[in-house]
Amino acid sequence: MIDALGAPQSVLVLGGGSDIALATLRRWAGAGRLERVVLAGRPGPRRDAAADRVRGWAPDAAVEVVDFDAARPDTHAAALDPVFAGPVDVVLLAFGVLPDGPTLPDPVAAAAVVTTNFTGAVSALTVVAGHLRAAGHGRVVVLSSVAGERVRRSNYLYGASKAGLDGFATGLGEDLRGSGVEVLIVRPGFVRSSMTDGLEPAPLAVDPDDVARVVVRRTPGPGGVVWVPGTLRAVMSVLRHVPTPVFRRLPL
Amino acid sequence: MSGLVTGWGRTTATRADRVPVRSVDDVVAAVRAAGPDRPLLARGLGRAYGDAALCAGGTVLDVRPLAGPPVLDADGVADVAAGTSIGELLDAALPHGLFVPVSPGTRHVTVGGALAADVHGKNHHRDGSIARHLESVTVVDGTGTVRELAAGDPLLGGVLGGMGLGGVVVSARVRLLPVASASMLVRTRRTADLEETMAVLAADDAEHRYTVAWLDLLAGGRRTGRGVVTSGDHAGADTPGALAPERHDPPPRLPAVPALPLGAVRRGPATAFNTAYWHRAPRRPSRGLQSTAAFFHPLDVLPGWNGLYGPRGFVQYQVVVPDDESLRRLVAGLRADGVAVTLAVLKRFGPGSGHPLSFPSPGWTLAADLAADAALGPALDRADALVAAAGGRTYLAKDARVRPDVLQATYPGLERWRALRATLDPRGVFTSDLARRLHL
Repeated sequence: MIDALGAPQSVLVLGGGSDIALATLRRWAGAGRLERVVLAGRPGPRRDAAADRVRGWAPDAAVEVVDFDAARPDTHAAALDPVFAGPVDVVLLAFGVLPDGPTLPDPVAAAAVVTTNFTGAVSALTVVAGHLRAAGHGRVVVLSSVAGERVRRSNYLYGASKAGLDGFATGLGEDLRGSGVEVLIVRPGFVRSSMTDGLEPAPLAVDPDDVARVVVRRTPGPGGVVWVPGTLRAVMSVLRHVPTPVFRRLPL
Repeated sequence: MSGLVTGWGRTTATRADRVPVRSVDDVVAAVRAAGPDRPLLARGLGRAYGDAALCAGGTVLDVRPLAGPPVLDADGVADVAAGTSIGELLDAALPHGLFVPVSPGTRHVTVGGALAADVHGKNHHRDGSIARHLESVTVVDGTGTVRELAAGDPLLGGVLGGMGLGGVVVSARVRLLPVASASMLVRTRRTADLEETMAVLAADDAEHRYTVAWLDLLAGGRRTGRGVVTSGDHAGADTPGALAPERHDPPPRLPAVPALPLGAVRRGPATAFNTAYWHRAPRRPSRGLQSTAAFFHPLDVLPGWNGLYGPRGFVQYQVVVPDDESLRRLVAGLRADGVAVTLAVLKRFGPGSGHPLSFPSPGWTLAADLAADAALGPALDRADALVAAAGGRTYLAKDARVRPDVLQATYPGLERWRALRATLDPRGVFTSDLARRLHL
């Protein structure tokens, strides 16, 4: 269960190797209530290393790994259904890929970004939402991005996929009202993580732990949308309304 | 009907099927239809602060319709249905010169809930918890069998303090207290610091049936723990101005204050309130008559006051510690951690009821209201550690966040209770979010 101060006892991470997910798990482990952590992701050293780190932070918790490939929606029900034989309080959707450029010239590769970031998320969220609805409680934390809030030329493939994810998660949150399940949509700006390694940090860049702190603070109480850093809420509110001829000239 | 269920602190809300029960047969049918995959929990007026009356994904029995006029016999024993509130029992009994033997801080708890939490009141130092005043309790156990448990039956230990996990209380025979008037003779005294508050409470316990202290934990320095001690007794028939029992008027139903979109009860406003409240209290001890409502249930004049904490809700941290020094350290620790206690109440407990999950045990009980905030976690965990090391414990009816291992270590009777529960509920029908969280 999730206690009144938001500390969960069991967490399922989709995208088990994510830096933000790990930073969040570290904070939840610090709250001292973690009993079960399931890291769902592709098998490999990254997932194994993540599991080891979580075991170090939460020595009393059962840390499980589950083979899960976001890009293969046809496998999601089979991969995730068994996880819900045990308790799951929070599902943290943390997978995503960042294409190397505004879009990709290869049509299959371009579509694959959307398959992971959007289609795979829709499929995985559909599976977990069904289980959480039946359980009558739970939290879904979706790592979206400000890139989806107003899609811009410099990363429009990524932005479009996150816009789709953000829209689906928003609708899911509404659909789940009254079910005991709350959906929290997190819109970080530029996060200095392994995904953005080698990129020049944008203004208002944050670290994975900055996102984690906000996720932990907002896990209790109602869901909704939260920006990291918080100032991005105002910035994006303005940017959404800037006329295209002006937006085009901005160094974004 | 399916709906969200939350505790009085309005922190976590979970969904359950809500089924009203109007008769014992309804309860039996609901229990028989339930199973481990489809758990069940009785709920009264929802005054438990945390997740004690929540059962996510299961069925929450609304026992409130299981009520009716209490039947009073010539010996002052009331036969009362579980959905009857303490306030309704009081209103029915007082015109006959009888009073509820134990009243919690609100009249709006059901008798069933009061028994499940083995509630205490301002007279605990003298009269113990409600468990001490029962002739018998009738429950529907986990097999759907109606059991009448007479006082002294060991199975009562699974029910009283058992937070609804040992069975659904459907009725009880409660020994009432004869009183000569409907008025309370109350001594009010302002105290300068925690030491004086403790000293006055200890001294007044010897003289008065009811004692409690409101405590200001937002005032800094030496003033931390200053308070207002109110000590009272039922006024005699010959006390000038005392209301005859038959002239007792049930308090009026008041409109609820609306839940606020933002929390209004925070450090600033609470400091202003506490300071004003303390200064308003008489500097010298003063005596006066009060109505039972004003004395026992002061917050009931603000129905829905829990909504003032906003959508994030609040927690009430209530613990008991056996000795003076542990209380001093507990208060100092909360203060040092910067915990903003918006409202605090202090009281001395007498001997406990002996039921394994019953909360009261000899010592000091502190109840502190706190706006819910994830940042409170570490400070309250430190307070828990201090309480546990001192041999104290947390009150399950209030709890929403204690660590399971700490809770289990502080209720040494837990294994004994589990055995009683296994007898009462062999199929594992009853559960609550509290039971799941704490692995009861």
